Amino acid sequence: MLAIDTSNMDFLELGKRLRETEEDTVLRGCLGQRFIAAGMKRRKLEIHGIPGNALGAYLDGADIEVFGNAQDAVGDTMNAGSIVIHGSIGDTAGYAMRGGEIYVEGDAGYRAGIHMKEYHEHLPVLVIGGKAGSFLGEYQAGGMIIVLGLHTDGPIVSNYPCTGMHGGKLFLRSDCKDILFPDQVTARPASAEDLKEIEPYLRQYCVHFGGDYASLIGSPFTVVTPDSRNPYRQMYVAN
Amino acid sequence: MPGINYFYPEFEVVRNDARCIRCQVCARQCANEVHSYDPERDLMLSDESKCVNCQRCVSLCPTRALKIVKSDCRLRENANWEGDTIREVYKQALSGGVLLSSMGNPKNYPVYWDKILINASQVTNPSIDPLREPMETRVFLGKKPEKLERDENGNLKCELTPQLELSMPVMFSAMSYGSISYNAHESLARASKELGIYYNTGEGGLHEDFYVYGPNTIVQVASGRFGVHRDYMEAGAAVEIKMGQGAKPGIGGHLPGTKVGPDVSRTRMIPEGSDAISPAPHHDIYSIEDLRQLVYSIKEATGHKKPVIVKVAAVHNIAAIASGIARSGADIIAIDGFRGGTGAAPTRIRDSVGIPIELALAAVDQRLRDEGIRGNVSLVVGGSIRSSADVVKAIALGADACYIATAALLALGCHLCRTCQTGNCNWGIATQKPELVKRLNPDLGYKRLVNLMTAWNHEIKELMGGMGINSIEALRGNRLMLRGVGLTDAELRILGISHAGE
Ligand code: SF4
Ligand code: SF4
Repeated sequence: MLAIDTSNMDFLELGKRLRETEEDTVLRGCLGQRFIAAGMKRRKLEIHGIPGNALGAYLDGADIEVFGNAQDAVGDTMNAGSIVIHGSIGDTAGYAMRGGEIYVEGDAGYRAGIHMKEYHEHLPVLVIGGKAGSFLGEYQAGGMIIVLGLHTDGPIVSNYPCTGMHGGKLFLRSDCKDILFPDQVTARPASAEDLKEIEPYLRQYCVHFGGDYASLIGSPFTVVTPDSRNPYRQMYVAN
Repeated sequence: MPGINYFYPEFEVVRNDARCIRCQVCARQCANEVHSYDPERDLMLSDESKCVNCQRCVSLCPTRALKIVKSDCRLRENANWEGDTIREVYKQALSGGVLLSSMGNPKNYPVYWDKILINASQVTNPSIDPLREPMETRVFLGKKPEKLERDENGNLKCELTPQLELSMPVMFSAMSYGSISYNAHESLARASKELGIYYNTGEGGLHEDFYVYGPNTIVQVASGRFGVHRDYMEAGAAVEIKMGQGAKPGIGGHLPGTKVGPDVSRTRMIPEGSDAISPAPHHDIYSIEDLRQLVYSIKEATGHKKPVIVKVAAVHNIAAIASGIARSGADIIAIDGFRGGTGAAPTRIRDSVGIPIELALAAVDQRLRDEGIRGNVSLVVGGSIRSSADVVKAIALGADACYIATAALLALGCHLCRTCQTGNCNWGIATQKPELVKRLNPDLGYKRLVNLMTAWNHEIKELMGGMGINSIEALRGNRLMLRGVGLTDAELRILGISHAGE
């Protein structure tokens, strides 16, 4: 595995180095460099330290594992591949992602999973181990967002989750009694069938971060789905 | 309440019965189902309430038996409460809905292009005959170096940041697959290739069949990120970040699920039948610094090989906004004036938000010059460029190139009926219905676009020659070549031109 010491490198130089090879790579001493692995195709990338904003933007097949926290816009418009974060992440994780998987051991900031989409066989999955900030899954149009609420006592998600949601599914490992959802979605206790759907991702979470699947699935989950794929249809009159 | 929902139709179908041969072409051609045949009485009937005055039936009637006229059955004249204004109130009182329109702002606002006149040489500084002498209309879009630099051996450093090369200063602006048809896109793509210019995917992704036109394609990234992935950005010659659109500044786009069929779904990478919602803001952009992040994430994903365009609507603070964008790392700024077209926009926004492109352009060019950053970016302007004269005026006001869309659609047969939002375009442009799409033959459509652009290019050369200018470079920002007529002092000051006679 190619190793790059990134401690004194700016993002342009680092991007260039990463584009020069297709080898699996480990980055050490990562210090907030942005755009790491933007558009990267099939290969493995291990990051030690803290990658900057837009890690894995437009990711196209690479598998990234970060040993540390990550900042904003992780997996922005991601197409395929995986990102595993041994820590927490900033805002807008998985913005408009339409494929691949993101696993976050800890918490996510504002606007996680907004605009997530799916089509045909592409089904993006975002798993957040801790809690999620406000506006989770805003405009969600597809894919699956799973929040586990581990290591936290407060509400599993902050304000205004699922506004404008018109596709996909959102799972919260909580009874969600204290969460206010907008009118255009339905939040209900997850059935055994719903839970079947998320089983592989929960097991994968345990593979990445340890933990026990049985105890994860043992708690009640709430599943949120949109009432309509055409939420704005009624609002217009032709002029 | 009987009658209260009845509007007398806006248009009337006038059929000359002496000419009508009952061939029923009109009935087959009108997707709005206005015409029908009554075999019992051997009569062609019309339901004018559905007519949008697209002139399809008029154009195809083999005996010229048809005419569509504006109805003269209307409410009492009132300069304040015009017929359309009243009709809009009725529509909303009935439905409770937001009014939705299409194509550009049709209201009677000043068109500054028509109040600006171009200079020509007389006696001194002779004019140039473009038929005899070489004229350069080629332009390069992208960041320009501030000064010449030499390496240690005294050789010129020739490394430039990526540039777009255009054979003439006009491109086809963003129209998404979804809002316009496959055949319309094919026509635009092929024409761009033949002309050596670019067309723009809009925010609907790039259909797999059109990747071959990649070198002449600008691919767009908008807030919904439809169809945006690495290969898509790789395929394009440049990537355009859409922050705004002249027809609907400050709001997003919304393609109704009914228009998201299998092909559009595949291209946009969203489920079939699901609304394609592009929200007003990019939810990760709240500052120029955030914009810079998106610009650089695209540059990193494409290996810094492609210029990045940032498209914004012309709004009140456009000069300050453009100054920020010019520092964001973007290579090109596209500004879309308030008359820009659209496949669908709320009427109130289209007709009352934004500012004219002429004023926006002049203000931006001046501001960037004042700040010494004009070379950071190229400026592309759109939002109702209707002719080669508009192009020449725009360049003299400071633009590097123009974007056109409505003019291109007119070349493809659009009759400006302004009902694109219905998806029933009888001319095969703003529709996804196969039987309508096939009415636009891309083999002919692309030729017509090539014709239009070739003609404009000749005219641009002729206008330049008249001014004694033989290269577009020498025209750019050359406001001495322009004079205003009937403009106020404030307008002249903003445009940076003198009044005619001065
Ligand atoms: S909608 Fe068009 S085709 Fe139909 S009647 Fe009116 S003008 Fe003719
Ligand atoms: S594109 Fe079609 S529907 Fe739209 S204005 Fe032109 S002719 Fe009418």
